[in-house]
Amino acid sequence: MKALNKKEPTSESNLIHEITNRKYKYGFETKIDMEIAPKGLNEDVIRFISSKKNEPEFLLEWRLKAYEHWKTMQFPEWPNLKIAPIDFQDIIYYAAPKKKNKLNSLEEVDKELLETFDKLGLPLLEQKRLAGVAVDAVFDSVSVATTFQKELAKAGVIFCSMSEAVHNHPELIQKYLGSVVPYQDNFFAALNSAVFSDGTFCYIPKGVKCPLELSSYFRINTANTGQFERTLIIAEEASTVSYLEGCTAPMRDENQLHAAVVELIAFDNAYIKYSTIQNWYPGDKTGKGGIYNFVTKRGICKGNNSHISWTQVETGSAITWKYPSCILKGDNSVGEFYSVAVTHNFQQADTGTKMIHVGKNTRSTIISKGISTDHGNNSYRGLVKILKKAENSRNFSQCDSLLIGNQCGAHTFPYIEVANNSSTIEHEATTSKVGEDQLFYLQQRGLSREDAVNMIINGFCKEVFKELPMEFSVEAQRLLAIQLEGSVG
Amino acid sequence: MLVIENLHTRVEGKDILKGITLSIKPGEVHAIMGPNGSGKSTLAQVIAGREHYEITQGDITYKGKSIINDKPEMRARNGIFVAFQYPVEIPGVNNAAFLRTAVNAIRKHQGKEEIDAFDFSETLKTHMKKIKMNPEMTSRSVNEGFSGGEKKRNEILQMMLLDPTLVILDETDSGLDIDALRIIAEGVNSFKNSQKAILIITHYQRLLDYIQPDFIHVLAGGKILKSGGKELAFELEEKGYDWTT
Repeated sequence: MKALNKKEPTSESNLIHEITNRKYKYGFETKIDMEIAPKGLNEDVIRFISSKKNEPEFLLEWRLKAYEHWKTMQFPEWPNLKIAPIDFQDIIYYAAPKKKNKLNSLEEVDKELLETFDKLGLPLLEQKRLAGVAVDAVFDSVSVATTFQKELAKAGVIFCSMSEAVHNHPELIQKYLGSVVPYQDNFFAALNSAVFSDGTFCYIPKGVKCPLELSSYFRINTANTGQFERTLIIAEEASTVSYLEGCTAPMRDENQLHAAVVELIAFDNAYIKYSTIQNWYPGDKTGKGGIYNFVTKRGICKGNNSHISWTQVETGSAITWKYPSCILKGDNSVGEFYSVAVTHNFQQADTGTKMIHVGKNTRSTIISKGISTDHGNNSYRGLVKILKKAENSRNFSQCDSLLIGNQCGAHTFPYIEVANNSSTIEHEATTSKVGEDQLFYLQQRGLSREDAVNMIINGFCKEVFKELPMEFSVEAQRLLAIQLEGSVG
Repeated sequence: MLVIENLHTRVEGKDILKGITLSIKPGEVHAIMGPNGSGKSTLAQVIAGREHYEITQGDITYKGKSIINDKPEMRARNGIFVAFQYPVEIPGVNNAAFLRTAVNAIRKHQGKEEIDAFDFSETLKTHMKKIKMNPEMTSRSVNEGFSGGEKKRNEILQMMLLDPTLVILDETDSGLDIDALRIIAEGVNSFKNSQKAILIITHYQRLLDYIQPDFIHVLAGGKILKSGGKELAFELEEKGYDWTT
C-alpha cells in the first residue's frame, strides 16, 4: 500500500476533541478589595444588604416578605435538567468592591475595575468607550459605572443602576418593581427579590426614541458568590428603546449561581427591544464548574399597539433555565422571541418563552434555534396561551435544532392553550445535523472546514442574528465562531 | 496536469475503484462514460478529496505533485473544481455571500487581494448573464429551493467565478432540459482554453454533442475497460453498456 488518504480520526471525534479543549477567553479573575457578606441566607443577611444600600423601609419590607415566601417554596423539578442539589446556605449573597468615597466621575473608578472592563472589551472611560452605546457595568453585587448618563438625561431618559434608582426615583421603583414578576412567581424570583443587590433601571419618557443603545454588562468575579440583579425597563407611551446585556465570569471548579429578574413595561405604542448575549463560564470539558443561570424575564405589553421583542444568544453557563415571556395585554400588541442556544461539553439548557395573549388581535412570533455538540443537552420549552377575550390572535412558532456529534440531545416541549376559536397558531419544528455533504461542498469551493462549519451555523442562526442590533450581530457571530472553534478537524 | 495511477478506492468497506489509470494534459477534454454504479462519481469525489473515501492503492498527482494527503480545500485552492451531480442546500447562507467567500478564499491562497462586495457584484452579474441565470438566485440561500436546472447553473457559475484549471463535471447533464443543457455547454466551451483541462463524467452521450471530448473512457466495475476517441461515444450509443458487464 503506497499511500492512504490520510485523515485524522473522524470529523466528529475531532470536532469534539477540539471543542472540549477550547479556552474560555473571559476566565480571568480580578484582584481587588471586596466587602463581602457572611455566607448563607437569613434575615440578617437581607438586612445587611438593604442597609449597605441605604434603602428605604418599603424595600426592606418587600425583601423580607419575599424571603418568608421563598422559604415555603420548592426548587423546581420540572425542567429537563440534571442538577446536583444546591446548598443555598453555602453561597455569598453580597460582594462589592470596597468604595473609598463617593465617585464624582468615571475617572475615579478603581483602576482594577476599569482594567477589568477594558479586558472584557468594554472600555468605560470617555475617550475609549463605544460610540452610540451607553453601558451600566455591574461587578458582582454592584454597579460600578454607568456611561453617557448626562447625554441621556438631556433626552429625558433615565439610565442608572438599580441602587441609584432606589434613591433618586423611589416612587417609580415602588410602583413598578415586582409588578411584572411578583416575588411569589417562582423559586428564583422569590430568592432574587429577597437578596437582589443591583442591576439596571431604564425609564423612557413619553414620545422619546432613546438616542443610544442601552446596555448592561454583568461580571461575576468573587468565588462562591451568587449574582442577583434586577433590571427594570419602563417605556412610556410611544417611546422606543433598545437594550442589550452581556455576561461573563471567571473559570472556577465550583458552580456559581446567577438568578436575575428582568421586568419590562410597555405602554401604548411603545417598543422595547431586549437583547442578551450570555457567555457565562460554561464549565470545563468534564462538566466541572460553570454558572447556574436561573433567570426570570418577563415583559408586559400594557398598552395598545405596544411591542416587546426578546432576542437571546445563549452560549455560556453550565445550566441555563430561562423563559423570557410576554404578556400581551393591550389590544394589537406584539410579542417576539428569537433565540440561539448553544450547548456543548456537559452544558444543559432548558429555555424558551411564554406568550400570553390577553388583548384582542395580539400577535406573537417565536423563533428558537438550538445547537448541541458533544454531551450538550438542549431543550426548548414554550407556552402559547390565548385567553378567551384575545380574539383574532395569532402565534407562529418555529423551533429548529442542529446537532453535531452523536451524544448530544435536542428536545422540544411546546405547550399550547387556546380558549377561543378565532385565533390561529402555527408550530414548526425541525432537527438536522451538520452534514458531511455540506462541509465537503464548501471545502471543495476553497473554504477551510472551520469556516465551512461557521458558515453553516451562521446560516442556521440567521433569522435570530438579524434581530440583534448591528454592533452586536457581528459580536454574536464572532462569539459563536469562538465557541465552536476547531469544531472540526 | 492530472495523472491517476492504478487507483484503488474503498468506501464504507466496499472496493469501488479497482485500478484506474488516466492521464489528462492541459487543453484536453476527457469524458468518462459508464453505467450506474460503475464508480464514476466516486472517482470525482476521490480526486476532490472526499473524507472516508479511502485510497487503498495507487496515487493521484496534480501539476506534478501527489495530492492524496491534501485536504479538499487545498485541492480546490490549487485549481481543482467539481461541478456536483447533487449540489447540497445550505439554508440561511446567502448565495452571493457564499460565492464571494469562496472566490476570496481562493484569491487569498493565490496571494491576491480580496475582492470587495461592489466589484464582485459586477463580475457576478456578467457571468450570470452568460448562462442566463435569474438574478434573483444571488439573494436566495445556497441552492435552497433551486430547481434541478438552477442548481446546475449555479455550479457552472461557481466554475466561472473560481476559474479553476481542472474541471470535473459530474453528471452535469442529468435532469437538464435541452435548452439548459445547451446554455451550460456554451458556458463550459467559452471557459475552455489551452491551459485548462476538463473531465466530463456522464451516463449519456448527449452532453458530448455540445462539448467535444478528445478522449473517451468507458468505466465499468471500477475499471476502465476501453479508451478511445469520440467515435467511442457513438459505439456506446449504439450498443449500450451491456457489453461492459
